[in-house]
Amino acid sequence: MASKQQDVKDLVERKYRHGFVTDIESDTLPPGIDEDVIRHISQVKGEPQFMLDWRLKAYRLWQDMQAPNWAKLKLEPIDYQAISYYSAPKKDENAPKSLDEVDPKLLETYDKLGIPLHERARLAGVAVDAVFDSVSVTTTFKDKLADAGVIFCSFSEAVKQHPELIERYLGTVVPQRDNFFAALNSAVFTDGSFVYVPKGVRCPMELSTYFRINAANTGQFERTLIIADEGSHVSYLEGCTAPQRDENQLHAAVVELIAEKDAEIKYSTVQNWYPGDENGRGGIYNFVTKRGDCRGDRSKISWTQVEAGSAITWKYPSCILRGAQSVGEFYSVAVTNNYQQADTGTKMIHIGPGTRSTIISKGISAGQAQNAYRGLVKMMPTAENARNYTQCDSLLMGNQCGAHTFPYMEIKNPSAIVEHEATTSKIADDQLFYCRQRGLSEEDAVNMIVNGFCKEVFRELPMEFAVEAQNLMNVSLEGAVG
Amino acid sequence: MIIDISNLHASVNGTEIIKGLNLQIGPGEVHAIMGPNGSGKSTLAQTLAGKSDYEVTAGTVTYKGADLLALEADERARAGLFLGFQYPVEIPGVSNVYMLKAALNARRKAKGLAEIDSVEFMRFVREKAKLMQLDQSFLSRGVNEGFSGGEKKRNEIFQMAVLEPDLAILDETDSGLDIDALKVVANGVNAQRDGERAFLLITHYQRLLDYIKPDYVHVLANGRIVRSGTHELALELEANGYDGVLAAAG
Repeated sequence: MASKQQDVKDLVERKYRHGFVTDIESDTLPPGIDEDVIRHISQVKGEPQFMLDWRLKAYRLWQDMQAPNWAKLKLEPIDYQAISYYSAPKKDENAPKSLDEVDPKLLETYDKLGIPLHERARLAGVAVDAVFDSVSVTTTFKDKLADAGVIFCSFSEAVKQHPELIERYLGTVVPQRDNFFAALNSAVFTDGSFVYVPKGVRCPMELSTYFRINAANTGQFERTLIIADEGSHVSYLEGCTAPQRDENQLHAAVVELIAEKDAEIKYSTVQNWYPGDENGRGGIYNFVTKRGDCRGDRSKISWTQVEAGSAITWKYPSCILRGAQSVGEFYSVAVTNNYQQADTGTKMIHIGPGTRSTIISKGISAGQAQNAYRGLVKMMPTAENARNYTQCDSLLMGNQCGAHTFPYMEIKNPSAIVEHEATTSKIADDQLFYCRQRGLSEEDAVNMIVNGFCKEVFRELPMEFAVEAQNLMNVSLEGAVG
Repeated sequence: MIIDISNLHASVNGTEIIKGLNLQIGPGEVHAIMGPNGSGKSTLAQTLAGKSDYEVTAGTVTYKGADLLALEADERARAGLFLGFQYPVEIPGVSNVYMLKAALNARRKAKGLAEIDSVEFMRFVREKAKLMQLDQSFLSRGVNEGFSGGEKKRNEIFQMAVLEPDLAILDETDSGLDIDALKVVANGVNAQRDGERAFLLITHYQRLLDYIKPDYVHVLANGRIVRSGTHELALELEANGYDGVLAAAG
């Protein structure tokens, strides 16, 4: 009897599963931002002069910029002086060479998160560059990747080991002045991932990074740079979980992808930051700039994202289709429940002739949530015979949520073909009854219908992520019907 | 007794449709309910299956010795009550086999059986698909997605064959079928008659009953069963029409 009561209690109190904090001493800067803070970050990271100059330039640009207000989002103004811009685990100076040297507390945290760092990573054949707060703790599979000539390391390490690549490519896709959040990130980013795949190399494994926010009041400013040189191929997986928090936390990441001639980059994300509680308190503010540059002919960049977390999502993974016959793809599932708000979509900028892009966006809203798709398809005068296909579907659960679609098209070449399809539907009572009449519980029926709705996107995800994504849908929409 | 319906009254949006219906179906029996449009045939089917907007205002329904009305729709299904829908809905992106496997496992779990493994399930399902003359590609298509009317009906009987219910209520499964499709559907139903499984066929036309021979035929009018008989009654209905039979029944 007691255990049954406990079960019920657990069920009722089941909250965000990854909501906990690990108490590792952090070396944290006091809140606030000025040039000294930036100098400090650059100094503790032992960066070369060009990096400091680059950061300072970004900071000066940022000071004259305004936070964008065009998105369909309601949020309180953010006090950027109340944020601490640097936090690192204490034992930074003696960075571990292997897992055995890693702080056991940290490993415990990874364990709770179900991160396959130990055997699981090995078995799955996935290299993990795990970011804990702002400093990379350990990188696995480096040797195997090194054999193939692939560089996969933390951003800080790349700055030290491969400054020439950083100097050549950093900011060439997302310049410092690109937007308010990208400028801030450029000034204060502390770490992230770096990938370089040399000419003609097919990366021997899926690359995966797990992000995690930990210390209180510490904004996360990740910087990712992936370069696929001529004829190479790489698939990168990014997944996030965050501990439960009461106050809002800012996350402003920048991801830059560069695909040279005949190269292909596949970038997959499952985003599950803390979304706030059922009354809309807390949750992560996620302002992300992700952009890929198809620089070479016949190059291809494919974004697949499953956005389930965060109180606020502001994110438009985009492709600049510069090379002739280059291909851009965007597959997205954005699910919002309770008081979550998402304004997400993509930009496909067609510059080269014969360029093609595909946009498949699935938005799911439940509770009081607001979900907006915002997309731009731009055909430049040089984009002879370019094509775009856009499909935007929205699924509503209940009658207090909202779905919005803002497709923008700028066609400057008469030979271009642009197609746009959009649907909005509700989970029909008839569908639910049909499934229940076959013996499925209401919850299972909803999950099945939602997963069916998302199928076109889920099948673009690497296998191990597809399963996770389905589970994530189910957890995110718990209690959304009934 | 599989099901015992006693003095059933049911309303939809406050309007009483079923007005004191009595019906008993024993194991292995095939009952047909016929009646004119608006007599309450489909309401009866949906009410027994537990659709939420169908409200039972009086009466009892005992199913396999238990109170059917106390169960949720999915619990009824897991207890072996199957409804073949008149208008099966589409569920885009969810494959037929995926839903069927989930449904079958839900039913097996309720029976205390282990989940069926995928290889065994596929073998089982292919066999049933063959029976219904369904192409293999049918299995991986979305549930009823882009199916023709006839395909949807065949799919219902196919699902029934896989789920092996104790009581199958088939709501106008014959409507919209050409004669060849009707035969396939009838064969599918007949193959499921095993002396235990009970059927309640709801139909407008006697035509179906040429292929599925019922043990009993009931005439439903204005929410009540006004006449019951054997297959002869169906033939009489065809000869004289509902008006003639209803007039004779008073």
